[in-house]
Amino acid sequence: MPAEHFDAIVVGAGPSGNAAAYTMGKAGLNVLQIDRGEYPGSKNVQGAILYADALERIIPDFRETAPLERHVVEQRFWMLSEKSHTGTHHRSDTFNEEKPNRYTILRAQFDKWFSKQVREAGVTLITETTVTELVKNEVGKVIGVLTDREGGPVYADVVVLAEGVNGLVGQRSGLRSEIKPQHVALAVKETHFLPEETVRERFNLADEDEGVVIEVLGSVSSGMVGTGFLYTNKESISIGVGCLVADFAREKIPPYELLDRFKNHPSVKPLLKGAEMKEYVAHLIPEGGYDAIPQLTGDGWLIVGDAGQFVNAVHREGSNLAMTSGRLAGESLIALKAQGLPATNENLKLYRDALEDSVVIKDLKKYRKIPGLLEKNRQLFTTYPALLNRSMNAFLRVDGRDKRSKEAEILKGLKTARGNWLNVAFDMLKLARAWR
Amino acid sequence: MSEKLHEPDFPAAEAIDAPEEPVETRTGLNIVVCIKQVPDSAQIRVHPVTNTIMRQGVPTIINPYDLFALEEAMRLRDDYGGTVTVLTMGPPMAEDALRRALGLGADKAVLITDRRFAGSDTLATSFALTSALTKLAEEAPIDIVFTGKQTIDGDTAQVGPGIARRMGLNQLTYVSAIDSLETEAATITVRRRSEGGVQVLQSKLPCLITMLEDTNHLRRGTLQDMLRAARAPLTVWSADDAGIEDPMKCGLRGSPTVVKRVFAPQPRAEKAEMVAVEGKTPAQIGDAILDVLFAKSPKLEADVSAKITA
Repeated sequence: MPAEHFDAIVVGAGPSGNAAAYTMGKAGLNVLQIDRGEYPGSKNVQGAILYADALERIIPDFRETAPLERHVVEQRFWMLSEKSHTGTHHRSDTFNEEKPNRYTILRAQFDKWFSKQVREAGVTLITETTVTELVKNEVGKVIGVLTDREGGPVYADVVVLAEGVNGLVGQRSGLRSEIKPQHVALAVKETHFLPEETVRERFNLADEDEGVVIEVLGSVSSGMVGTGFLYTNKESISIGVGCLVADFAREKIPPYELLDRFKNHPSVKPLLKGAEMKEYVAHLIPEGGYDAIPQLTGDGWLIVGDAGQFVNAVHREGSNLAMTSGRLAGESLIALKAQGLPATNENLKLYRDALEDSVVIKDLKKYRKIPGLLEKNRQLFTTYPALLNRSMNAFLRVDGRDKRSKEAEILKGLKTARGNWLNVAFDMLKLARAWR
Repeated sequence: MSEKLHEPDFPAAEAIDAPEEPVETRTGLNIVVCIKQVPDSAQIRVHPVTNTIMRQGVPTIINPYDLFALEEAMRLRDDYGGTVTVLTMGPPMAEDALRRALGLGADKAVLITDRRFAGSDTLATSFALTSALTKLAEEAPIDIVFTGKQTIDGDTAQVGPGIARRMGLNQLTYVSAIDSLETEAATITVRRRSEGGVQVLQSKLPCLITMLEDTNHLRRGTLQDMLRAARAPLTVWSADDAGIEDPMKCGLRGSPTVVKRVFAPQPRAEKAEMVAVEGKTPAQIGDAILDVLFAKSPKLEADVSAKITA
């Protein structure tokens, strides 16, 4: 039997792989998608917030059929210390629009739906199959893949590596180096079930479609570079925490212990009261930013999604960037195919340019300096959140002392914490520069 | 009628009545494996609030016992030639289970799906499957029907024997191994696990075999199997297509079984009582246990004493 030839092979059935496969399948390309999971998406893990825009550009009417939990009407941002939190809330009725902007989702259900759309677009999907290696021709162009199944290689004009954060196929094929522990975070998450009305009441929500998101900085990461989060689903709460792998290794704090501490924080505990934990998951998140992006294209191959380090750690965006990169890759390959051009590294400039011109690379460039800054300035996760909470506490407590003395004490605390005023000024300057 | 013992250690083999009519000679075996798509019981969740089983989001799998049947069927096919067809009754999503079976190496797949099948108990299920099997047999006579020993969601082990009875097939239940198959004579020799030992049984074909667990090692399909599984057209039959004329025998209406109540067993309020055994003789331990039992139930003590004195 002659080996089969596809227009494209997509390695992985996460958001980026699905976006690429769907886009190409819809355009009539003969696409094979290969996923190692027991069922498509069985290995996929996320917080999870779905940013509508990225998906809307791929499947405009997704809201009609996709399993969505609650749309986000309120975002809370907490600076956590051992016993307190100080934060801001932003709630707006404008988020109750006809086509809401952000949703909480349960990935198990969402991914099943997404994969169904991909298959209905004509893509051939095989699961429980691991791509082990890329097959190259005599001049080094990638022409197919080998899997852990018997039956030889399967060939394609181009291989889209949507294989996720570890990038194992790329590594094994010598296209990229191993991911560095300071460029990747380990996040753990639990899903706690509560009756829908309880979620609604506890978070002051109008109905079963409205949701709240809490992002947390400070003592939640126990001095490591990381953040915590709490999202409301229809009948459950997703709660998690993630820190750099390099930090976990150095501090020797087990991730589940960190999550346990977060769950037992006096500001969090009442929100979870009476809930039953039903799911525990963990996953790596690429957080190296722009400077950690590997080579994205070569002769016969390109990278999309987490494998390309497309995660904006500051804004907690990842799956949307994954979907966007997948869509852009798909569109680029469709254009090449239409012009009868091969997927050489030179021709794949089309994809690289599209990425450069998109929110994916623009945002990663903007925050290029943040990962390095956070790594070297742990006071942002320890000193400042603690100080902020202490200051607020002193400011609000009425105890017979005059206000001027209190303010002086707060300022003195800030100065003492950082040694001198110059350091405080430097911190602010560094943050502002990295942000800019 | 035949009977033979392979190993003297085994208890006497039972003779099985075989159909008298000769099986027509063809190349290869026509094997049908009946499978069921079930919720993965390892991942099933009980809703913490309503106490109902949450099927949403729980992955479905092929009933694990059926996979041993499928593998055994494919081994026979590989050795003697022929085709393995997988057959299931279920909702449209049962297609996933059939495609998985194709990816493992099955040749053909048939789904019978119809709203009228909803709520079927084992009687109605064996009726519907028998109709489909009869329909399949019109194309080519079936040599062997395989099923798993039971499902993990119903646990009845009734559907296989039900099919055998309805189709008049010899039934070989709880089979642990197939020793040999004589295509010329159309006989099969199998080992059947039963209480107290293993029976070696020989039967004429056609027959129905229900396979035990851990009796073979499931293969991994090739890449070609997987590609074929992803794209092959499935045969999908409604009740009418399957040749069912009497809908009263299908689904809820054809199911005399009534589920009276579903409940999670309550943990016993009574705590276990520990009987210290260290440094005691078996007789002393026995006495200590009796003391505890009699203390809990004086009536039992009276009954036992009365019996002993009598």
